[in-house]
Amino acid sequence: MVRLLPDKSDPKRYFALFDLPAKLTLDAKDLEQRYFRLSRQWHPDLFARKTDPERAQALDQTALLNDAYRVLRNPLKRAAYVAASAEEAKPQAPPELLEEVFELNMALEVLRLGDQDVRPQLEQQQQSFLAALQQQDRELEALFPAYDAGSASAADIQALLNRRKYIQNLVDEVEKALHARN
Amino acid sequence: MLEIDFGQTDPVVGIDLGTTNSLIAVMDSGSPRVIAGADGSVLVPSIVSLLPDGSTVVGEAARPLLIEQPERSVYSAKRLMGKGAADVADELSLFPFHIDPSSQSVVRISLGGKTFTPPEIGALVLRELKERAEADLGTTVSKAVITVPAYFNDAQRQATKDAGRIAGLEVLRLVNEPTAAALAYGLDKRKEGTVAVYDMGGGTFDISILKLHDGIFEVLSTNGDTHLGGDDIDNLLLRIALEDIASEWTRDLSQNGSAVQTLRREVIRAKEKLSFAPVATLHFEWEGRTYSRDIDRELFNRLITPIVDRTLGPCRACLRDAGLQPEQIDEVVLVGGSTRIPLVRSAVEVLFRSKAHTDLNPDEVVALGAAVQAGILSGTVENQLLLDVTPLSLGIETVGGVVSKLIARNSTIPASATETFTTSVDGQTNVLIHVLQGERELMKDCRPLARFELKGIDPVPAGFARIEVRFLIDANGILSVTARDARTGKETSVEVKPTYGLTDAEVEAMIQSSFENARADLDARQVAEARVEADTILAALDKAKRNDAYTDLPEAERQAIATALNQLLLVYHCDDHRTIRAKIDKLNHVTTPLAENMMNTAVRGALKGTRIE
Repeated sequence: MVRLLPDKSDPKRYFALFDLPAKLTLDAKDLEQRYFRLSRQWHPDLFARKTDPERAQALDQTALLNDAYRVLRNPLKRAAYVAASAEEAKPQAPPELLEEVFELNMALEVLRLGDQDVRPQLEQQQQSFLAALQQQDRELEALFPAYDAGSASAADIQALLNRRKYIQNLVDEVEKALHARN
Repeated sequence: MLEIDFGQTDPVVGIDLGTTNSLIAVMDSGSPRVIAGADGSVLVPSIVSLLPDGSTVVGEAARPLLIEQPERSVYSAKRLMGKGAADVADELSLFPFHIDPSSQSVVRISLGGKTFTPPEIGALVLRELKERAEADLGTTVSKAVITVPAYFNDAQRQATKDAGRIAGLEVLRLVNEPTAAALAYGLDKRKEGTVAVYDMGGGTFDISILKLHDGIFEVLSTNGDTHLGGDDIDNLLLRIALEDIASEWTRDLSQNGSAVQTLRREVIRAKEKLSFAPVATLHFEWEGRTYSRDIDRELFNRLITPIVDRTLGPCRACLRDAGLQPEQIDEVVLVGGSTRIPLVRSAVEVLFRSKAHTDLNPDEVVALGAAVQAGILSGTVENQLLLDVTPLSLGIETVGGVVSKLIARNSTIPASATETFTTSVDGQTNVLIHVLQGERELMKDCRPLARFELKGIDPVPAGFARIEVRFLIDANGILSVTARDARTGKETSVEVKPTYGLTDAEVEAMIQSSFENARADLDARQVAEARVEADTILAALDKAKRNDAYTDLPEAERQAIATALNQLLLVYHCDDHRTIRAKIDKLNHVTTPLAENMMNTAVRGALKGTRIE
C-alpha cells in the first residue's frame, strides 16, 4: 500500500459551499452564521424520515460542510488550504532564530542527560519561542489582505507557514521534554 | 418521492442504557417524560440473571439474584461493550463474571452453562425497557435513540447499536450522554452561552464543552475515561473492607460470590449515605458473624480523592481543546449518580470556578435528552439541532508502524477524509488499509479499529493505480469506508474486518435467537398465568360444590360442570395457554347458572370473584 499526496486541486470548493469569494480575509462571525444556516438545511438528523438516497446525500453534504468549516474557520488551515495547493508545510528554520535554536537544543540535550537545573532556562526559552509563534501569526494575518489584493503570493504564505511549522515543532519538543517522566 | 410515515402510531423512544441503571423516555405533548414501570420506579437496574430453566430475569427482580445466584448474574456489563478478552483481564478481579475461554475479539460471559456477549446482555435490558414503554404507550415500539458515553470508541458504539438490533429496535441515532443532558437542560433554560457538562456515572466519565446558539448545540470538545465511575469507588471500598474483614475474622471472603455481593450492597449503601450524612456505618453480617465500621466524610474523601482527581485531567484537556479558560465557562451541569458526592461537586466547582447546576435529576437527564433527540428525528421538536464531535482521532497505519492522522479528535461529525492510494507491486489487485483510533503516534499505542480490504483493483504496473478512499464518520460517530478507482471511476468493493465486535452474520443469528427466546419467554409466562386462573376457578368450584345452590342444580347441569371440569384438568399441564384458556372459558360458561343460583347466598362473591374478564 502506498499513500499518495493529497489532491487539493480545487481550493475554491470550500468557499463556494458557503457562497463566499475565495479570499483569505473573512469575517468569522459571518462564516459561523452561514455554517449554522447550512447545518439547519442539510444535517442528517433533519432527514431521518426521508428515503435512503436522500439520507445518504444529507450525510455526504454535511460531512463536506463540516470539513470545509473546520478548514476555513482556522486561519492557519485556511491559509494552507489556499496557498499550499499540493503540499504540507515543511518545517524551515527562520534564519534570525538560528542562534536561539542552537541554545535551545543545547539545553534540551542537558536535560536529556538528567540535569534538572536546566528546567527554568528551558521554560524561559519556551516562552520566547511561543512569542515568536505569535509574531508569525501576526505576520500571517497581515499577509491575508495583501494576498487578497494580489500583492503577496501563495509562495509567500507557504514560506511563512513553513517557518511557523518549524517553531511549532520546537515548542512541542520542549513541552514533551519538560513533561517526560524520567 | 416516497416518504416514510412516522405517525402517532410509531413513536421514537429515547433510551439511556447505563452501567448501573437504564431508563426510557418519550416526548409527551412537547416535553420529555421518563416512563415508570409497574413498580413505580423509572430506573431499571442494568442487572441480568439467568434462571435454571433458561429464562432471564432483568432489572429490580434480578437484584436479589445477584446474591442468591451470583454465578448466573451479571451487572455493569456496559464496561465490557466493544471489548476483547485481553482488554478485560484485570477488570475481573472484583467482578464475579466468568469469561468463557472461547472469548477473543468479543468477550463472552458464561452464565450457568450458556454464554452471552455484552450486546446480548444489553439487548435483554433494552427489551425490558421496550416492553415497559409499550405497556405505557399502548403501542409497539420499534425505533429508538440510545445514548452512549461521549468517549466511547467505534467498537463500543457499534456494540451498542448491535444491542439495539438484537432487542428488535431500529437505532435511529446514538447520542453522546453529556450532549443529551445539555439538550434536556437547554430546552427550557439558557439560549446562549458556553456550558460544561460533567458526567460521572456508574462506569464511565465524560466531560463535554458546548456552545449554545439559539437552538443549536455545538459541541466544542469532549474528553473522558470509559473506565471511571461509581463502580471504581465501590470496588475500592470493597477491597478495603474485604482486607479488613480478612484480618479481623482471619477469613478471606473474596472468592465467595454471595458474600462479595452482599458486602458490595452494604458498601454502596454507606457510600450513598455519605453524600448527605457526615458519617455512615458499614454493617455486614455473614454466617452469624458481624462486621461493623464507621466511615466519616473525611476518611471517605481521603479514600476517593485519587479517583476524583482522575476526572480533572480530562477536564483540563477538554478546556484546552476548546481553546477556553475556566472563567469562560458560563455554567457547569452535573450529570450521573456519582455527582451527588460532595467531593466531586467541590472539585468541579474549584476547577471551573463556578457553581454547578443540579436542577434536573442527574439520573434522568440523559434519558430526557435522548427523548428530545428522538423528537428532533421524528419532527415533533423543531429548531433544535445537535452538532457533536468525534472524541478520538482516526488514523491509518503507515510505514514503520506510524499512525497518520486522517480526522482529528473533536472534529464536528459527520466528518470525512479522502486519501489516494496506489499499489506497490505490479498487477496487485488488493490493498489492505489498517484503521486505528487514538491520540498517539505509534500504532502500538492506538486502538485498532478495523482492517479494510479494497478488492478487485484493475491489475496495472506498480504505482499506476489511483484508488480514492473516503473515510466517513457519521452522526453516530461510526466509521464507514468507501473506495473508487479514480482512473476508471469504478466503485471498489471494501471488505471490513472489525478488530473488536461481532460480524453482521453473528448479529443476525442473535436477533433470530433473541426473537425465539422472547417468544418462548412470553409463552411460558402466558401458560403460567393461565394455570393461575385455572387454579382460582377450580378452588372456587370446589367451595361452591358444598353450597346448597349446587345440590339444587338439575342433574344435566351438574353433569355439564363435571365434564368441563375434567376437560380443564386434562389440559392443565399442557404447554399451550390457548387450550387451557379455552377450557377455562368452557367451565366458566357452564357454571354461569350455578353462579346465578348462588346470587342470593353469601357464597356469591366467592364464585363471582373468580370470573375471568
